[in-house]
Amino acid sequence: MSETALLDGCSADYAPPAGSPSRDARPVLRERGQREVFCGLTGIIWLHRKMQDAFFLVVGSRTCAHLLQSAAGVMIFAEPRFATAIMEERDLAGMADAQEELDRVVTRLLERRPDIKTLFLVGSCPSEVIKLDLAKAAQRLGAQYMPRVRILNYTGSGIETTFTQGEDTCLAALVPVMPQAEPNADKQLLIVGSLPDIVEDQFLRLFAELGIQNVGVLPARNSRDLPSLGANTRYILAQPFLAETAMALEDRGAKRIDAMFPFGAEGTSDWLAAAAREFGVDEATIERVLAPGRERANKALGKLRGELAGKRISFLPDSQLEVPLARFLQNELGMELVEVGTPYLHRAHMARELAHFADDVRLSEGQHVERQLDRVRADKPDITVCGLGLANPLEGEGFTTKWAIELVFSPIHGFDQAADLAELFARPLRRRDRLEV
Amino acid sequence: MQLAVWTYEGPPHVGAMRVATAMKGLHYVLHAPQGDTYADLLFTMIERRGQRPPVTYTTFEARDLGKDTAQIFQDAAREAVTRFNPQAIIVGASCTAELIQDDPGGLAEAMGLSIPAIPLELPSYQRKEHWGAAETFYQIVRHLADKSVVREPREGRKARANILGPTALGFRHRDDLVEIRRILDTLGVEVNLVAPLGASPAEIARIGAADFNIVLYPEIADEASRWLEKNFAQPAVRTVPIGVGATRAFIAEVAELAGADPTPALGDTSSRMPWWSRSVDSTYLTGKRVFIFGDATHAAAAARIAREELGFEVCGLGCYNREFARVIRAEAAACGVEPLITDDHLVVEDAIAAACPELVLGTQMERHIAKRLGLPCAVISAPVHVQDFPARHSPQMGFEGANVIFDTWVHPLVMGLEEHLLTMFREDFEFADEHGASHLAAHSPKAVRAPALSEAPVADIPAPAAATAPAEGSLWTPEAERELKKIPFFVRGKARRNTEVYAAAEGIARIELETLYDAKAHYAR
Repeated sequence: MSETALLDGCSADYAPPAGSPSRDARPVLRERGQREVFCGLTGIIWLHRKMQDAFFLVVGSRTCAHLLQSAAGVMIFAEPRFATAIMEERDLAGMADAQEELDRVVTRLLERRPDIKTLFLVGSCPSEVIKLDLAKAAQRLGAQYMPRVRILNYTGSGIETTFTQGEDTCLAALVPVMPQAEPNADKQLLIVGSLPDIVEDQFLRLFAELGIQNVGVLPARNSRDLPSLGANTRYILAQPFLAETAMALEDRGAKRIDAMFPFGAEGTSDWLAAAAREFGVDEATIERVLAPGRERANKALGKLRGELAGKRISFLPDSQLEVPLARFLQNELGMELVEVGTPYLHRAHMARELAHFADDVRLSEGQHVERQLDRVRADKPDITVCGLGLANPLEGEGFTTKWAIELVFSPIHGFDQAADLAELFARPLRRRDRLEV
Repeated sequence: MQLAVWTYEGPPHVGAMRVATAMKGLHYVLHAPQGDTYADLLFTMIERRGQRPPVTYTTFEARDLGKDTAQIFQDAAREAVTRFNPQAIIVGASCTAELIQDDPGGLAEAMGLSIPAIPLELPSYQRKEHWGAAETFYQIVRHLADKSVVREPREGRKARANILGPTALGFRHRDDLVEIRRILDTLGVEVNLVAPLGASPAEIARIGAADFNIVLYPEIADEASRWLEKNFAQPAVRTVPIGVGATRAFIAEVAELAGADPTPALGDTSSRMPWWSRSVDSTYLTGKRVFIFGDATHAAAAARIAREELGFEVCGLGCYNREFARVIRAEAAACGVEPLITDDHLVVEDAIAAACPELVLGTQMERHIAKRLGLPCAVISAPVHVQDFPARHSPQMGFEGANVIFDTWVHPLVMGLEEHLLTMFREDFEFADEHGASHLAAHSPKAVRAPALSEAPVADIPAPAAATAPAEGSLWTPEAERELKKIPFFVRGKARRNTEVYAAAEGIARIELETLYDAKAHYAR
């Protein structure tokens, strides 16, 4: 019996394989307990840079402002396009009408920032708990400020969203305002999920070379340039955490292209090829267009394989990127997956990824952080991927770690970033070996 | 509702975390939604702690709200006690849990734990981080202090003191403590307890054994020390020993309470700051205009040091913690400036731009403001940044603290003779003032740019006052404007302002070359 089998919660909570008898119907360790994760507000940190004419106003508490400052402050201290409307005692005690207060804050903000074209009112834990109706506020304020400013709302609250799910709820809020495509419009490809600009441009070049003309991206860099949407839209997810956005797109008739996620040579090839096939591109063209990038990626990865092959890795739940990244590290770099934890496992979107996992990979969903750390201590992986709150404490115990948030803040998708992605995992190991103090 | 981009203080439960994390054998069970665990990274990343803060969060989710969040709290508390085996726990709620009114204190009491469970009421929508830290420390002391502790007679033993206030995530608390211990050692005073930093609940129980308390950080320890004064008849040393003068006063005060001879401590030969300040190379520091903003304790101390120990002129003074505004009002009156009491960094930015200081002493927030305005700056106070945890010993308190302060404040300035050279040879293409001070990292010939003041971020929410300043140039004749540009950048703002004030007072509509020099004569010291 393995050491972890003896640990509290490691064997008892194994859910029986659920649903379909497909290959990925492996057992999942489902846990409830302390979750050491960011809330969805954190997504604002990259979304406000991605959408250059949008402003994010969190309606929340001092804690929300402090979170954004602490999570973002270490990285960017320059003019942010986000702020917090901090609720105070008088807002809660009914001395001030919260909706009126919000109007006042929004008016002040829009007066000072005439460059804002889209304003997101972002719900937080306290605003959700007191049931402050931000949809109503967005509608009311929108009526006042349209067409100059479009006002939308979504929730980034911790009680409803985990970290990257904040992007999901934000993009889902954009779907209803995407223009309707003509019923007889040409088939259109929609790339869904915010990508670093350089990666987005690479993908757009590749799709152009593949001969796919009509390509839109969500979110668009300019939030007022939203692509149109309709029954002829085929969308492909560039990020693995967009369940709600996908549902909203399906509701408007768009159909998902099933593919692996574009991490590594294999994932990127599969992703591009799946889209190309959907658009009737012939195999020879696909091969011709993809081959150079794939070869470059493989060549660059070859240099890192020696450092990573055979190394054992555990993922603690963080961004929902865990499953596709684990697949990449296993398949293309020969790493051994010990535990792959994810805050939420979307079986349909992950099906093609999970099919690659070895049978003995421990898959966990949700979190009980204390038990999970017990498992890390028992498993003794070579590298542990975890949040910023846990990284230094684990290093203090002698574990090598990779902070997960860097995976969300770095260009890691596509052929030409495959080695950069691998490097993020190789560097902590190399550093550990190099330091003599 | 208050619109905020950056805040000086976190919510009060973060203050409680700072106390809990500083202590040993204490655990904090915090009723809070998923996501509030971000606060852990303040300690593990900013302070680079190698352990997780001793905090268990209930991390409830929306689906739990309709059901029994109280049960989740009790389960979490029970598990935390079993797993971490603390001597005591503190229990409370973050802002969201406060709204669902589960009463963590009552729930913990009902559990009948074998260890003390100290309830915290920290109103998140009224109060902030420092208040939360002070209240938490006070509750811990009040609940754990053993009232049966009797002090032995003073004869035949050393005087004993408690050092109160240092916490986790404090601005140089770690290093200040070393200096204070050194002073007490020289005075022959025993340390009964340092708290919260490093203290266990069992040690807190013995707090009454000290003869007196030393309140190092009033923002955190004032409330507890007043309770101790009342209940254990322990007088408190309230002088905060930041600066040479304050350190001397502190030594005298401690010596008085301890019945010790202050002479050896006062004669500390490592105190270099007074001579460094008297050294003729420091003459150029005289009357430098400095703007000071931070927590009340550090800001007030900085104002005194600036005036009395470095010969600066304080042109602005303020703090963000209203609870201690009185200290700042008194000090501002002594400096002859209006106190600035605000937690809105945009207001501070406007005030700095309007004051045209030659040096800004502030928090990380003011550091960024100063950067935008092109002003030299040194950080004197929390909120902390990873750079405020240097690897080396770098105190603010005691004589060594004063040495550190001298270096930290003086180094960002353009130094004496260089200042003269820049003034004399304005047109030297390799050595113009746009290049900045030669000893600073930024020294590399820059392309000639617009004056720094006009570079304020027009993209930011408010338009800072400074952004509009150059537009007033129309007041100036081109000739006077050109002459103004020959004044080095670090005094140009002051010259512009003085001249404009002078012109307004004299009813002069257009500033000529002569007006500039008339104003110079008018303001001559």
